[in-house]
Amino acid sequence: MNIYLKLIWAYLKIGIFGFGGGYAMLSLVEHAVVDPGWITETMFTDIVAISQMTPGPIGINSATYIGYVAPGEVDPALSSPMWGVLGSVLATLAVVLPSFFLVIYSSHFIRRHRESGAIKAIFSGLRPVVVGLIASAAIMLMNAANFNPNRITWQLVANIIISAVAFCLVYFKIPWRGKRRSIHPILVIVMAGVTGYLLYGL
Amino acid sequence: MNQEVTQRKLYRQLFSSFFKIGAFTFGGGWAMISIIEREIVDNHHWIERDEFLDLLAVAQSMPGILAVNIATVIGDRLHGIRGSAMAAFGSILPSFLIILAIAIFLTPDTIKNNQVISAIFMGIRPAVVALIVAPVLTSAKAAGIGWKTVWIPLIVALMISINIGFVSNPILYIVLGAAGGYAYWKWSLRRMARSKSATSGSPDGGSASPADTESATAKESERSDDNSEK
Repeated sequence: MNIYLKLIWAYLKIGIFGFGGGYAMLSLVEHAVVDPGWITETMFTDIVAISQMTPGPIGINSATYIGYVAPGEVDPALSSPMWGVLGSVLATLAVVLPSFFLVIYSSHFIRRHRESGAIKAIFSGLRPVVVGLIASAAIMLMNAANFNPNRITWQLVANIIISAVAFCLVYFKIPWRGKRRSIHPILVIVMAGVTGYLLYGL
Repeated sequence: MNQEVTQRKLYRQLFSSFFKIGAFTFGGGWAMISIIEREIVDNHHWIERDEFLDLLAVAQSMPGILAVNIATVIGDRLHGIRGSAMAAFGSILPSFLIILAIAIFLTPDTIKNNQVISAIFMGIRPAVVALIVAPVLTSAKAAGIGWKTVWIPLIVALMISINIGFVSNPILYIVLGAAGGYAYWKWSLRRMARSKSATSGSPDGGSASPADTESATAKESERSDDNSEK
């Protein structure tokens, strides 16, 4: 079978069975692309590292990258950028489309039955759970890889301060030119990046 | 004609909002939430915060990439299927273009061993954690979490973050939460019917009126999960 069809099929499966977000999906991705020999294990590790270091969902990043690299690895005749771009478009669309239609279908279904007591009751039970889900995401990221990757105490302290200041800037409204406003999260990310460069990059 | 122009403007706003969101999402779908909240709830007032939570529940219970699911469900809620396509496309495009540029022009090692990039990311990562803590508090407020219900998010967060197989699967708690909400509703319907027939003494008091049951769910939704985690 053509490598592009295989790529689409592999990523459709990942899109359908990948529950639980990017990191949970990565093991599926690994089986799908390393086992048939499309890319090597080291290459996969590199791609995951770069997917984490670039903005955007890790699932999209890795699909785009693997889709670009895989055709050339399987067939050297396909190692030009044009064939690579085709692979990355197909892999990215394939990983997105199943859940795209599932999400639309289920949200239409819910909207049609919005006024029913049962749907309201179900969502009233879901809301506290969603709060817990967001909290769990925060807790799981409070680890050494994010706060103290080099095991240096001053860096740990600096990172805790960055985190605390970022929280205050996003959460609290600060009086500024007669109005109380909170700072846009994107601006906070940019400021944190600049701080990181000043602290660790010079 | 005029309506068509405003419609097109809305699609464009939706696309550009999610393009921004996609370009600045580091660390997975949950890290998007403060940016999405700010853009969709605070700046554009497109959705109320409690409805935003409901949409998050839908996005999380589907397979696939959470960030794209969130974009899809919000786009669909605002402008139907075309809106969802715009939002999803907007959230994907930045990472697609960035990765493609890296894949075409650079080798993996130039990125991995780049001191400047890794320094910037050492600063961004702790800030991203803070960006996920903030929506925990705002969403708890929007969900009406009080002393009687605070145990639900606490247990969910604890069980998921200890990360031991099946009991740490988020889907499990979505199912339990939905079942708990439904069971509590059924239970309060029956209780109300019983108390009504007791007070009025009428022979046909067994069926509660829909208006009463609605207000009961609204008022007591905070305690809706009583039997879910047991």
